[in-house]
Parts: sequence; C-alpha cells; structure tokens
Amino acid sequence: MALALARELGEESGLRRQRRRGRRASPGRPTRGKPGEQIAAWAFLTPGVVLVMLFGVAPVIWSAVMSFQRNNLFSPNTPFVGLANYRQMLHDPIVGQAIEHTIVYTALFVPGTMLVGLFLGVAMNRPLKFISVYRTAAYATIAISTISEALVFIWLFDPSYGIVNYLFSLAHIPQQQFLSSPSEALYVIVIMTIWGWTGFAVVVYLAALQGIPQVLTEAAAIDGAGRWATFRRITLPLLSPASLFLAVWLTINALQLFDEVYFSTSGGPLNSTTVLVYYLYEQAFGGANFNFGYASAIAYFLFIIIIVFTAIQFRIGRRFVHYRS
Amino acid sequence: MASSITASATAAPTAPAALSGRRRLRLPFSPWHLVLIPATIVLIFPFVWLLITSIETPSEALHFPPILIPHRIDFENYPAALNAAPFGRFFLNSAVVAVTTVVANLVFCSLAGYAFARYRFLGRGLLFGVCMTTLMVPFQVTMIPQYLITKWIGVNLLGWAGLNEIGALIVPNAATAFGIFFLRQFFRTLPIEYEEAARVDGAHRLTVLWRIVLPLSGPALSTLAALTFVDSWNSFLWPLIAINKTNEMTLPLGLATFQSAHTTEWTLLMAGNVMSLIPMMIIFFAAQRYFVRSVAATGLSGI
Repeated sequence: MALALARELGEESGLRRQRRRGRRASPGRPTRGKPGEQIAAWAFLTPGVVLVMLFGVAPVIWSAVMSFQRNNLFSPNTPFVGLANYRQMLHDPIVGQAIEHTIVYTALFVPGTMLVGLFLGVAMNRPLKFISVYRTAAYATIAISTISEALVFIWLFDPSYGIVNYLFSLAHIPQQQFLSSPSEALYVIVIMTIWGWTGFAVVVYLAALQGIPQVLTEAAAIDGAGRWATFRRITLPLLSPASLFLAVWLTINALQLFDEVYFSTSGGPLNSTTVLVYYLYEQAFGGANFNFGYASAIAYFLFIIIIVFTAIQFRIGRRFVHYRS
Repeated sequence: MASSITASATAAPTAPAALSGRRRLRLPFSPWHLVLIPATIVLIFPFVWLLITSIETPSEALHFPPILIPHRIDFENYPAALNAAPFGRFFLNSAVVAVTTVVANLVFCSLAGYAFARYRFLGRGLLFGVCMTTLMVPFQVTMIPQYLITKWIGVNLLGWAGLNEIGALIVPNAATAFGIFFLRQFFRTLPIEYEEAARVDGAHRLTVLWRIVLPLSGPALSTLAALTFVDSWNSFLWPLIAINKTNEMTLPLGLATFQSAHTTEWTLLMAGNVMSLIPMMIIFFAAQRYFVRSVAATGLSGI
C-alpha cells in the first residue's frame, strides 16, 4: 500500500516538478548536497565502507608491504628486504612446479567445463518431457560444497574399493592408483572440479540461449541451413558473450584452486598436485611456517597472473565476441 | 536478467523436418533423451553412490566388486557419525554464520549502495573507486592481513570476533565491495521521482530507503542474498585459517576435520557427508529460482 501511495505521489509531484523546472533531474545525480545531505550520506556509508576498508583495502596494501619484508608471525621485527622474497621465488623449484600444475589444471578445467556446460545447455534448451528433472540434476552441483564434492570423489576413485576401478575392471582396463599416483592425481582433480562446476556453466549457457530470439534460428532454417550450420553460424556467435564470461570467471577460479587439493591430496603425491595457492597456504599457515613475507610475494605474483590472463582473454574476446546491440 | 530459466523452454524449430523431406528414423520420443539420460546419470551418480555407501555396513562398503544395492538398509552410520563429530553443532554454526552474513550484507550494502547511488557528497567518486579496487583482488592476497587484523580485533576490541570464534567468519564478510557495487548499480536504475516525492512530503531518508527503494529492489536483494549465502555456507579457506576449535567449526571445515580422523571408515564418512549436504540441498531446492537467477545474473551482468 505504501508503494501504491508512493507511486501516486511520485507521479503527481514528478509532474509538478517537471512543470516547475522544465526538465527532470537525471537519476543518480540528485541536486547538489546540502550539509544535512552530507551528514546523512556519511551515516549511511560508514558501516559498509569501514568494513570494506578494514578487510578489503587495508589488507591489499598491507600484504604488498609484507611482500617486501622478512615477516614471520613470531619474530618481533619485520625488516625490509627489498625484492628478496620475489627473488627467492625465482630460485624455488616448487614454485616452478606449482606454476606448471596451476597452468595445466587451468588449461584442462576451463575448456572442459565450458564444453560440458555448452553441450548440456544446448541439449536442455528445449521443451522435452522431464526437462526439469534433467535441469535440476545439473543445478544440484551448485549446492554442493567443495569439501563434500572432494570427499565423494575420493571414494569414487579409491584405488582398492572405488567404483571407478570396478568399472575399469569390467572394461578390462588395468587398475589405477588415481589420487595416489603422481601422474594421475591432477587429472582426477580436474574431473571432480568439472563435475562441481557443471551446474554453474549450464545455468549461464541456458540463460544466454533463452535470450536468443527464435526468429534468428528459424530464419536460418528457412534459408536452408542445416542444424549444425545454424548452431555454428547463428547460435554459437550469439553465445559468445556468455562464453567469454565463463572463460574469464572459470579461469579466475581455476588459478585459485585450493580446497580440493588441500582436502584430497595435500599437494601430493610428490608435489604432483601442488598448485600456487596450496603452496602459498603451506608457506603461510601449513605446519609451523608462518612465512608471511614470502607467502605475500606469492599471493601478489598470483594476482598479477590473474590480471594478465583476464586482460589477454578480453583482448582475444574482443575479436570473437559478438554483442547484439 | 533471465528470470524464467526454470520455466519451460521455447519450442525448438520444427520446420526443417517437414521442409527437408529427408526420411529419418522415427523414435517415439525425442532423440535428445538418449543424450540427456546418460548425462543425468553421470551427474547424479556421485550423489546416489554417496547415499548408498552411507547406508551400507563397513564390510559391504569395502567389498570388491562394489555392492550396488545393499542387502538391507542400515542407518546406524548416522548416529555413529553424530557420536564421532558434532554435526549438529557444525550445522548450527554454518547457519548462524550464513544467515548473519546475509542479513549484515543486505543492511550495510543497501545503506552504502544507496548513498553512493543517490547522494552527492565530498569524495564520492574517490571513495567509490577505492572500494571498487578490491573487486579484482583474489582472497589469497588479503588473507594474511585479514588473519592478523582478526587476531588483533579478538585480543583488543571484540572478543567474539577474534580467531577461533564464529564471529571471525562473519565480521570480515559483513559488507563486501561487490554487494555495495551490485546494489548501487541496481538503485540507479530505479526512477528517482518516488524518492523525491517522499522527501518532499517530509519522509526521513531512512524511511525512503525502507518503504520505497527496498520494496522495489526485491530481485536485486534476493540475488545478493543467494550469492552471499552460498559463498558463506561453502567457504573453506578462511574458516580453515581462522578456526581451530571443533565447536566453532562450520560444516565444510568440520567435515574435513572429521575425514582426517576417520580416513578409511567410508560408511561413517559418507553418513557425515550426507548430513552436511542435506541442509544446503533443501535450501537450494526450496529457493532454486533465486539461486539459479543469482548465477545467471553473475553471468549476464558480469561482462
């Protein structure tokens, strides 16, 4: 009721004001602030902005400073050591391995998730019987936490009792060690995370597919284009903004992979799943290290990698992404 | 914003079959079912296997080849898991943290977002810009200072928000740059006339926000609530660092600790896993529309 009243009042006074001033005030640019307005604005802002400053802005600056310090939780003084932490990274063989694992993981996980999402999104974008059952099954993976997901997959891929090895034995494939094997563990993590992100990718592609006007695909069909040609020349280009979004978003998340590695392999066996964030965590909080300075340098390095990857994707994206105006 | 993903899709083009005149095998159902049924089985199999293992006896679970259908349903793993770890407590902690975080975000981000959207004040652009720089920063960069700040707050300021308290999981996330940005963008799309009219009629600024702006912002608020809820509920790295006491753990952290104490007791682990999954599943399916819309909104407004 308050809303209806407000709407009525709004229309009335809007008209009155329009007559008086001859133009409408543009939204977001109210009239110049009076002192009362300034105080009110700050009262509204304070709680939120203080929290963002304290737990967002200040830590960004602080960890930048820390990355130039020898900083340990227990030592009382934190001397500046210049670029020593960054130089240490260059000579640390595990950092090299961690970068390699992170990039291999990202290169498999991102296209894998996008392909699964695109395929299921296209398949589910039609009025079939039981379509809501299919969609719900895909969405369910959005609700599962990374730890629950990893726990199930450790069990599925258990070398001795897991059902995957059982299926392998039915297909006469030799039994595998999976997460206990240095050459396989990272790929098992790729599979479990693709499964975990399927729901997300399907939702994004379904939303984009439903934004495509049917007229376009119908026109192509009338012009004699086959289904594949229609998909390739009409649907896929119109999905490109969603694809770019997914590529960027999934890459950012892939570069920050941690939970599944921590929980299912602890970076092993033989460091074969040590990714950057896991190594950073190990340096900062694993065991009794608390090498905050070194860990901050790794964190900033990760930050730079993320920015570079995102920038590259946008650059490439500009060439391929087709925005409908 | 795709509001009707769950609604039935638009009809697929039916013209080609009639036009091309090509003879094709006629199935009594759409061939897409042949693709979707196996895909769905693969997608839900981990959930099904999780449930089956949780009602098996340990000897059945450690049988090879695996027993796909247990001989009898045995719920004893559930009380056993509850005895081994306080899952009720984990659930309560997760619920308190997630609900408080959502409410705090809605309050603080609407207040700040509204001020950024509608008020003119000294330093508005600068302050907004500074807050927004944190949007791109990965959590790992802020994690160590956040740990030190939380530790300091617990010792010197607020005991309940220090390390090893669930307050430590709420306060750092009580307002986010993303929430402020998201709501500011939405508030700017609302017609300003209603608000001005109420102000002219003498309504207080808070009344305007509460009675006029927020009721018009239902979709944005529910999207932010759903995103914040899932993030908070499933968050792992920060609780792992901040919480070391069993009674203050949330479900993911509690489950991880439980696993490290019972590594090979699969029936027990799966019972614990089911118990940590069920609440989120229920919430998700009860409010599926909002969760799905929140994901779609990230995708569509993101770029």
